[in-house]
Amino acid sequence: MTVKKEIAIASGKGGTGKTTVAVNIAACWDDPVILADCDVEEPNAHLFIQPTWDRKKPVTVLNPEFNMDLCDGTGACRDVCRYNAIIVLGKSPLLFPELCHSCGGCYRACPNNAITEVPREIGYLECGHRDKINFIHGRMNIGEAKSPPLIKAVRTAAREQGENLVIIDAPPGTTCPVIEATRKVDYLVLVTEPTPFGLSDLKLARETAQIMDIRHGVIVNRSDLGNNDVFDYCRQENIPILASIPFEKKAAQLYSQSKILVKENSHYQALFRNLFQQILKDMEQ
Amino acid sequence: MKQITVISGKGGTGKTSLVAAFGQLAKNVVLADCDVDAANLHLIIKPISYRQEPELVRSGFEMVLDAEYCTLCGECEPVCRFDAVHILPLPEKQGQLLPVFDPLACEGCGCCADICPTEAIGIRDKEIGYLFRSNTRFGPMVHARLNIAESNSGKLVTLVRNNAKEYAEKENRQWLLIDGSPGIGCPVIASLTGVDFALIVTEATESGRHDFLRILELCAHFKIKSFTIVNKFDLNEDVTEKIKSDAKKRGVEILGTIPFNPLFVEAMVQEQTILEYAPRDKSAQILRDLWEKLKTRIT
Repeated sequence: MTVKKEIAIASGKGGTGKTTVAVNIAACWDDPVILADCDVEEPNAHLFIQPTWDRKKPVTVLNPEFNMDLCDGTGACRDVCRYNAIIVLGKSPLLFPELCHSCGGCYRACPNNAITEVPREIGYLECGHRDKINFIHGRMNIGEAKSPPLIKAVRTAAREQGENLVIIDAPPGTTCPVIEATRKVDYLVLVTEPTPFGLSDLKLARETAQIMDIRHGVIVNRSDLGNNDVFDYCRQENIPILASIPFEKKAAQLYSQSKILVKENSHYQALFRNLFQQILKDMEQ
Repeated sequence: MKQITVISGKGGTGKTSLVAAFGQLAKNVVLADCDVDAANLHLIIKPISYRQEPELVRSGFEMVLDAEYCTLCGECEPVCRFDAVHILPLPEKQGQLLPVFDPLACEGCGCCADICPTEAIGIRDKEIGYLFRSNTRFGPMVHARLNIAESNSGKLVTLVRNNAKEYAEKENRQWLLIDGSPGIGCPVIASLTGVDFALIVTEATESGRHDFLRILELCAHFKIKSFTIVNKFDLNEDVTEKIKSDAKKRGVEILGTIPFNPLFVEAMVQEQTILEYAPRDKSAQILRDLWEKLKTRIT
């Protein structure tokens, strides 16, 4: 693997096995990899990897601060803000930080230069390592509403880590956090389960992949718990099924203990190695 | 009327299956599916009829270029903080350079439109998804579909809640049960603010426990009283005990535990709640007991 590539593991539905797949393919590969956990709201991959931490960095967004000596209270800032994040009480502007998108519009609109943009911490980035894995994740502060700026910071840090392959553990869903976690990756692995919920969310996740114009394949996890609809759908739509993994109570129990399956026995080693080979093969097509 | 939001932190712990079952037991209920990213409740609790046509929802803005007024001054590209404006040669305009907006990156701030000296960039309302209001076998239900790659989930969640609340109040319903989404971000916050109680469904895994601690903190942050149910508790009884201890330390009651049971999936495949699919199964009785216990605590 000489050219830097990014593979994201996503799903639509929560709890299908994204982190299990991301962690185990990172762990079973012989070459160094970068594992980036972009589920910054509820990061779990570190529980399995247990990295030795190297550094921690706060991640901030810019919010307006109002200089009351210069402010004349006429509210150009409030008028230009398309998120209704600023109100004016009397002659004093008041910001609702959870609504602010840090666009800089108010700063530019103020005729009195009364606005400075100041950083506000929304969470932090942590980098560490374990064996051949370079590990990065983000942890959003509780009470923060918007994860994309932190996810973007994780993606940037992963890109700056060097030339190795990047594996991204994405959050569940199909909207802006997932888009931020998976945009411009070289390949998208969609992990699903063969149930009505799994299928419904897979269709949405697949639409996301198509909108972003990213090559994608599917893993059906707990493949024997449900029905055939997911398989029929993939066949009809010509979506490659990279692997079909039956439910194993033992695997679920190991997962519950945050164990890395490929370190437990050769059966899982073989399973995930094969899976990774399939991903790389489908990527090259 | 009591409003309860069911959340989890971690995805896949069983929120929707539980909401469906409690929706059946509650008798006098309105259901709201606030997992607008990936709505699932309507797959078990199918709409029988619609109260209104699906409503197109608009929120936020998108940018539109009027090429005739563009002088290619280039101001729009650098002013954008979201990397959403790029001056590119357009094949359909014989390779002419024009600003192109990336809808996946654009956050609708309008800074490009504001800075454009010739007003060549217009701002229009953005369509973000659809709202559905239906009748189901358990009562009225409100759910929504947020368009792929959208970023206004909070607004749609609030709309679902407001509509559901209106039905609950007008029709004298005793319960408003809200199916929440995983995570701790804006759709979850929008589904929590102002409710009477949060019901946290966690699972007996270390990942579940880790995420449980964060969602507990979120509930405390917004001063919402919460109850907890540990699903799949027999997968790892050690972790179950740790979760119970975490909850106790924070003064949060564990309502009970549910064993891992493949019947939940079978019921879902049949588009039924577990109470409909396997009414005599032990898990069905556990859910009945949990609902009775929850009712006692709340009323």
